Amino acid sequence: MEDLDNLKATELTLGLPGTSDAPEKPATVSSRVNRRTNEECCTFARNRSEDTAAPAAKARAVGWPPVRSSRMNSCRARKMETEDNSGIYVKVSMDGAPYLRKVDLRIYNGYKELRNALDDMFRCFSLGGVEAHIGESDNAITYEDRDGDWMLVGDVPWEMFISSCKRLRIMKGSEARGQ
Amino acid sequence: MTYFPEEVVEHIFDFLSSHRDRNIVSTVCKAWYRVERLSRRSVFVGNCYAVRPGRVMARFPGTKCLSVKGKPHFADFNLVPHDWGGFALPWIEAAARGCPGLEELRLKRMVVSDESLELLARSFPNFKALVLVSCEGFSTDGLAAIATHCRGLRELDLQENEVEDHGRQWLSCFPDSCTSLESLNFACLKGEVNAGALERLVARCVNLRSLKLNRAISVESLARILVRTPHLVELGTGSFTVEHRAEAYQRLIHAFRKCKSLKSLSGFWDVAPRCLQSIYSICPNLTVLNLSYAPAIQGADLVKLIRHCFKLQKLWVLDCIGDKGLAVVASTCKELQELRVFPSDIYGTGTAAVTEEGLVAISSGCSKLNSLLYFCHQMTNAALITVAKNCPHFTRFRLCILDPGKPDPDTNQPLDEGFGAIVRSCNDLRRLSLSGLLTDTVFLYIGEYAARLEMLSIAFAGDSDKGMVYVLNGCKNLRKLEIRDSPFGDAALLENVGKYETMRSLWMSSCDVTLGGCKALAAKMPRLNVEVINDRVESDEMEENPSDMHKVEKMYVYRTLAGARNDAPEFVDIL
Repeated sequence: MEDLDNLKATELTLGLPGTSDAPEKPATVSSRVNRRTNEECCTFARNRSEDTAAPAAKARAVGWPPVRSSRMNSCRARKMETEDNSGIYVKVSMDGAPYLRKVDLRIYNGYKELRNALDDMFRCFSLGGVEAHIGESDNAITYEDRDGDWMLVGDVPWEMFISSCKRLRIMKGSEARGQ
Repeated sequence: MTYFPEEVVEHIFDFLSSHRDRNIVSTVCKAWYRVERLSRRSVFVGNCYAVRPGRVMARFPGTKCLSVKGKPHFADFNLVPHDWGGFALPWIEAAARGCPGLEELRLKRMVVSDESLELLARSFPNFKALVLVSCEGFSTDGLAAIATHCRGLRELDLQENEVEDHGRQWLSCFPDSCTSLESLNFACLKGEVNAGALERLVARCVNLRSLKLNRAISVESLARILVRTPHLVELGTGSFTVEHRAEAYQRLIHAFRKCKSLKSLSGFWDVAPRCLQSIYSICPNLTVLNLSYAPAIQGADLVKLIRHCFKLQKLWVLDCIGDKGLAVVASTCKELQELRVFPSDIYGTGTAAVTEEGLVAISSGCSKLNSLLYFCHQMTNAALITVAKNCPHFTRFRLCILDPGKPDPDTNQPLDEGFGAIVRSCNDLRRLSLSGLLTDTVFLYIGEYAARLEMLSIAFAGDSDKGMVYVLNGCKNLRKLEIRDSPFGDAALLENVGKYETMRSLWMSSCDVTLGGCKALAAKMPRLNVEVINDRVESDEMEENPSDMHKVEKMYVYRTLAGARNDAPEFVDIL
């Protein structure tokens, strides 16, 4: 648990990048228990106690532990903080803008907030008389991932995105359309 | 008593404050029924589908305070599908027609639309207090309507609601003439509010005693607010991030020193440990402290803070306080009555934050403890037996061992004996939540000893139908029973069908109850609504006529005078 840093990044796991240590995503037990037999049900509790593996490796039932979503989100926030207290600062460039900006991806809760923030930052550089909102039809927000590829922002889950994003680039319409 | 004029009888009834007492006297004779119903001012409806709203208003035309609850408790944990029901609008419409003198409305786990808030705002000229707990379906537009139209509003209390943010202007809708606010809680709102409008509002509401801000309010703003509200009794801070040498922080400390009436503190989102020093001056007066949303505070800093809080009666913390931290609580907080320890590491690999040791320490130090919610990684029978001996006054005991079905780690035994000791010792126990490895034996104990038990929550427990039957046959004051992932089937469900008419509701999910069993129950007991709630995924796959042998994923049974409700979504079958 204490290796951290580079070793962790090269570690092979079954999990998607950006997810927690648990190799399994929370499974919805309830969707399969409908077909349970009585025996399975009775041993359900038993099996859990026999399994001495770390709790994170077990499938988690829906609604367990009985904690409200607002608290769950608070936990998620803390987990991210303790893993890496520093922010994830990435450069943001926009074609035609005289200088770049830097944003801390950790302070946003999702893509919508990021888009709004970039919109605020780069609106002043919009060309022509029409104010184009960043992220809408005429601009595409892209990012460079760990492999060096330029990807469109928004395809993957947020947490996976922030762990693999190295820099952002706002492409103008024509280039974004490949023309 | 019937020789007395009605005014005298009514005056005598004035001394009856509890709903139950008033319900009982109303059944004595027609005269008392009449006097009671016309003089009832406060009405509590525990299940919004148990009775029609119009009927309530017709029976109690003088209602001033109405309290209604909607979804079952397990909805808090996402076990009830989103659009199951629990709509507030019919209640507000009926009140608008039948009880225009309404002053207070309290709703819990209901779907409240902006439309209903607008209707509320316009329909009751004397409206004074709105309390929404765990509700959803409304936005800040609805709040704007309340702020705009409710002249003389005293209380707006929003607890743990899902509120859509449509902008910050709602708070500015309180007119300049509004000076009546005594309690304002918008901690659950995610969006910003107009800080200037807020500061002016609190400044002119001289009777303001309770203020709970949301995360968007900065420390700078908090400092300015506190200067204007030195008589505050309850405070929920906003975001507490500030460089502790900053001027704003110094002003905050100064402002806190002036607040000599502060007894309750909550909020503290994002608080950095060093900033906690700012409240040391208030701690000796605190009776309520909620640090459960402050995950950045570690045990040692918490402990430093708590050493100042010797008058504390209610404490909510995260489990990073640790067993050692709980020992400090035990030695410092001798007046403690309620303790809640929430988990901070749900997704992690479980570094044991609190164990049975912390609970035992608390029990030996805090003899007045009567309410507990404790999330931990393990528990032993020996510990529970000790706790039961030290604290016989529990009225609410909720233990959640995070690993379902986990036995006593010392003996590998189920926790039957531990919980048995609790129910035997705590004669006033009204609410109990079980966890860990449990056999039918624990239910035998509960049925036998938990005579005052009103609410029981069961998860991943029991061996057979006998367990559930012990409870149904034993606990004569049982009102709410909620069960998930336990091997109770039709035989248990149908063993004592009359019992359900003495209870508010029964919830069973991921158990062994079949569709046939539910149908049989519905057929035998026409005054119960037996709802079978199908998961969305299943509805698509399911055949038109599922067989009676098909196990029911979620079942909700409740007594009702209103018959089958007409607002059920298509995935709910009311048998």
